Amino acid sequence: MPYSGAISDEQTEILINDVLEHHGYDFTGYSRASLKRRISRLYNLDKHLSFAEFRYKTLNDAVYFKHFVEGITVNVTEMFRDPSFYKVLREHILPSLNTYPFIRIWLAGCSTGEEVYSMAILLEELNLLNKSLIYATDINPSVLEKAGQGMFPLSQMKSYSENYIAAGGKRDFSSYYSANYSLAKFDPDLKNKMIFSTHNLVSDHSFNEFQLILCRNVLIYFDRSLQFNVLQLFDQSLENLCYLALGSKETIEFSPISSRYKRVGTEKIWRKTST
Amino acid sequence: MTKRRALIIGGSAGSLDVLLKVLPELNPNVQFPIIVVVHRKQGMDSLLTDLLSYRTVLKVKEAEEKEPILNGNIYIAPSDYHLLIERDFTFSLDYSEKVNYSRPSIDVTFQSAAEAYHDGLVCLLLSGSNADGVNGLITNNLFGGISLAQEPSSAQVSYMPEQAILRTNVNILKIEEMPAYINSIS
Repeated sequence: MPYSGAISDEQTEILINDVLEHHGYDFTGYSRASLKRRISRLYNLDKHLSFAEFRYKTLNDAVYFKHFVEGITVNVTEMFRDPSFYKVLREHILPSLNTYPFIRIWLAGCSTGEEVYSMAILLEELNLLNKSLIYATDINPSVLEKAGQGMFPLSQMKSYSENYIAAGGKRDFSSYYSANYSLAKFDPDLKNKMIFSTHNLVSDHSFNEFQLILCRNVLIYFDRSLQFNVLQLFDQSLENLCYLALGSKETIEFSPISSRYKRVGTEKIWRKTST
Repeated sequence: MTKRRALIIGGSAGSLDVLLKVLPELNPNVQFPIIVVVHRKQGMDSLLTDLLSYRTVLKVKEAEEKEPILNGNIYIAPSDYHLLIERDFTFSLDYSEKVNYSRPSIDVTFQSAAEAYHDGLVCLLLSGSNADGVNGLITNNLFGGISLAQEPSSAQVSYMPEQAILRTNVNILKIEEMPAYINSIS
């Protein structure tokens, strides 16, 4: 049953199919309620005159298609989100990785990069940044461009600073950025150890072996079977005795990889205990 | 085919008191799920679930993503995520932009539930200081569901139910009328 401004279930499936066939982006494993809401939202925001016009632009206009992918995926993030989680990284997980000569971290679904800079700050304060490399990936090239600039709204800094302190930060948070009109530009030295690259968790393969993989608030958008596939991809990409971290409402329980992992503390962090 | 029922209760400032009065009075073998979406501060999840479970024999739990929605359970929307209902009557969580300055947004849950339950859905909007939930009631009415609002004079903050009454068709309930109404849903 249609209602004002909404895209129907059938139209949602038509778009998903178009995008797969014409652009090679596979959204078939995404949870429908959320995806449909994102598509309807974009349809209204962009003030399309008809579904036919929306469909035509998505199919044929490459610039619009990039905007479409950015619009239907969720790119809400913040620095040091869930401070208790970052506190455990700071106090337990990252120090335990100090035994490795070189630390590779994969931040999957990094969006506009707030978590990447949070991670770099933690590593810097633990004197681990020099021997670390953070691979930050996302399905959207446009959010990666923003992430690479390392500039976030100045208006957010008060709340990020509170998160940073709650996560065990001892320094003056403002020492990490300089104010530039309405933006906070983060210290370029933090960026030296970041590699930004597009990666689609649905269709791309493992590309390295890591000591820590973070993927927070991405799996909630996937159906069970896609969640299991992605967890297997993480499992293939994680060195034994190393760590996988998910969002606060996500779990590896009930998945095929769960028997090889042991939960660490009360945060959503698991350690791989066998291969 | 018998229609699938669900009751969703949305509220903001002043709604907790109503829940604490109404939930204990509900029939212990209620034949539909009850989903509660209330605005609150982040990180107080287990507190609210505990508080409500002391007052009722029904099982109270936080809604988890992909969880099948079962009759007779009271599900609480976790703080800081939108809660959506899938066509197969499981929950989804969504960390997208706030709606009406709120996450969870009552509109988001009402709207996605209306698309899943159609005329089997009952939505009740309680006390609150913004209009989150009203668009959801409008959608619910379009899909043939039943929309209810707390009687504004009985609400600690009357704005939310007032907006519902102003903008769409709702049955108006006093707090003391709510348990009997809910128990009579079949």
